[in-house]
Amino acid sequence: MSILVIAEHDNSSLKQATLSVVAAAKAIGGDIDVLVAGENVGAVAEAAAKAEGVNKVLVADNAAYGHFLAENLGELVAEVGKGYSHILAAAGTTGKDFMPRVAALLDVAQVSDITRVESEDTFVRPIYAGNAIATVQSSDSIKVITVRPTAFDPVAAEGGSAAVEQLDVVKDAGLSVFVSEEKAESDRPDLSSAGVVISGGRGMQNGENFKMLESIADHLGAAVGASRAAVDAGFVPNDMQVGQTGKIVAPQLYIAVGISGAIQHLAGMSDSKVIVAINKDEEAPIFQVADYGLVADLFEAVPQLEEELKKVV
Amino acid sequence: MKVLVAVKRVIDYNVKVRVKPDNTGVDLANVKMAMNPFCEIAVEEAVRLKEKGIATEIVVATIGPKAAQEQLRTALALGADRGIHIETDEEVQSLEAAKLLKGVVEKEEPKLVILGKQSIDTDNNQTGQMLAALTGMGQGTFASEVVVEGEKVNVTREVDGGLVTVGLNLPAVITTDLRLNEPRYASLPNIMKAKKKPIDSMSPADLGVEVAPRLSTLKVEAPASRQAGVKVADVAELVDKLKNEAKVI
Repeated sequence: MSILVIAEHDNSSLKQATLSVVAAAKAIGGDIDVLVAGENVGAVAEAAAKAEGVNKVLVADNAAYGHFLAENLGELVAEVGKGYSHILAAAGTTGKDFMPRVAALLDVAQVSDITRVESEDTFVRPIYAGNAIATVQSSDSIKVITVRPTAFDPVAAEGGSAAVEQLDVVKDAGLSVFVSEEKAESDRPDLSSAGVVISGGRGMQNGENFKMLESIADHLGAAVGASRAAVDAGFVPNDMQVGQTGKIVAPQLYIAVGISGAIQHLAGMSDSKVIVAINKDEEAPIFQVADYGLVADLFEAVPQLEEELKKVV
Repeated sequence: MKVLVAVKRVIDYNVKVRVKPDNTGVDLANVKMAMNPFCEIAVEEAVRLKEKGIATEIVVATIGPKAAQEQLRTALALGADRGIHIETDEEVQSLEAAKLLKGVVEKEEPKLVILGKQSIDTDNNQTGQMLAALTGMGQGTFASEVVVEGEKVNVTREVDGGLVTVGLNLPAVITTDLRLNEPRYASLPNIMKAKKKPIDSMSPADLGVEVAPRLSTLKVEAPASRQAGVKVADVAELVDKLKNEAKVI
């Protein structure tokens, strides 16, 4: 078997999610090649070559791939991937965008958002917003798969020494152009890969109050998240949303502040190692999944928490 | 211009999902069904394009059993002009759904096809992208804003870490994210009017598509449940437990 992993990156650095996808590829078994498609991606290719377990890094370096347009990536990956038994990418917004195009061009089904590998053709994935877990078997000759990165421990970023090979396949479908982007600026770690996440819900009352959480996050090196209720209320931008329709996170420590624990939120964070809930409503469903629950007014508890943390960390 | 919207009948999002005791699937017997929430957003966006004078006709299509006509009627009540029902009792997976919709696109030749980004039952997030690839169209997935200008459409997409805007040639496929719009409720007069709007029925065979599934579901289980832990008395106890018991800080 031979597996093609599509690297997730921002043209300058390799995203950790890629290392988790390589881990999923290792669980399937076989030679693992990584495709780095983008523009001026030398550093990304170098990083991919060092990842544990990678056999070969293929580089498609062209302006056509610089903004990860699905139409161009879809054609490229279908062309490069047709000789492999499996094509894997992270189930982030980039992978979700282009991978179904790859599957359609190869006339195969896609298995989305897998959380476990049972065998080379059988995979486990959540359905119904994580309220049910399905085990599915693919009968296609090429398996096109997106992987939930938080479900697989990343392989080591260093230690490998894969060969790097330049491809001169240029696929510009001419159907779409990049217009603009608005990136959320932050020095904090990325939500999906942070070791500690502190999230606020409707109980935060407004966006200004999120500063209390940011201050604790900066102290712990944590990322700040939010429930859908807080996002819909306009407290914080949508890219902070943790939940089935937002980011799926699985940190070592997840602190939920003023979050009731709607099913859609739980689907996005219940794989966290340790969950702390602070809520004044002791009946809030979040307490049913929390390892440590504190029934308290968050406006008193959060400043105290910051003080206590400063004593010990 | 003509807009095609595809909608799916799914379990109502307010219903608590229960896995069948024999682990063959989710129990749908006597469960309330509804239009997939992302599809409602797709219908709403099409209706708004018509209200702005950009869309001239809205065709709504669905694939599913006879009962899926209810969801077509809902879309017609919300403002779609006519329906297409591809009737089948078989399980239709994303690739086959995309092939069926490709058949509809070839018949109807819409300038814009709008779908939900995913259905809340299978959570696949595939059909729109597959349809775009099969028909050679560009795609604006996870849309939070759609601006049509002449023969182009600019779509602002919700992506990891922010927003990205792409420009697409028409015809194009758009899939909706949650914040694109807030769907309206159908008024009673519009519900009555919708009963008279035409629905054209056809079979997958009429469109020349074999719908046999490529993926077989071996089993469906309830997720491992997380045990509730302990309540702590105050912040000091919480920090102590995190440091000395859980050892996560």
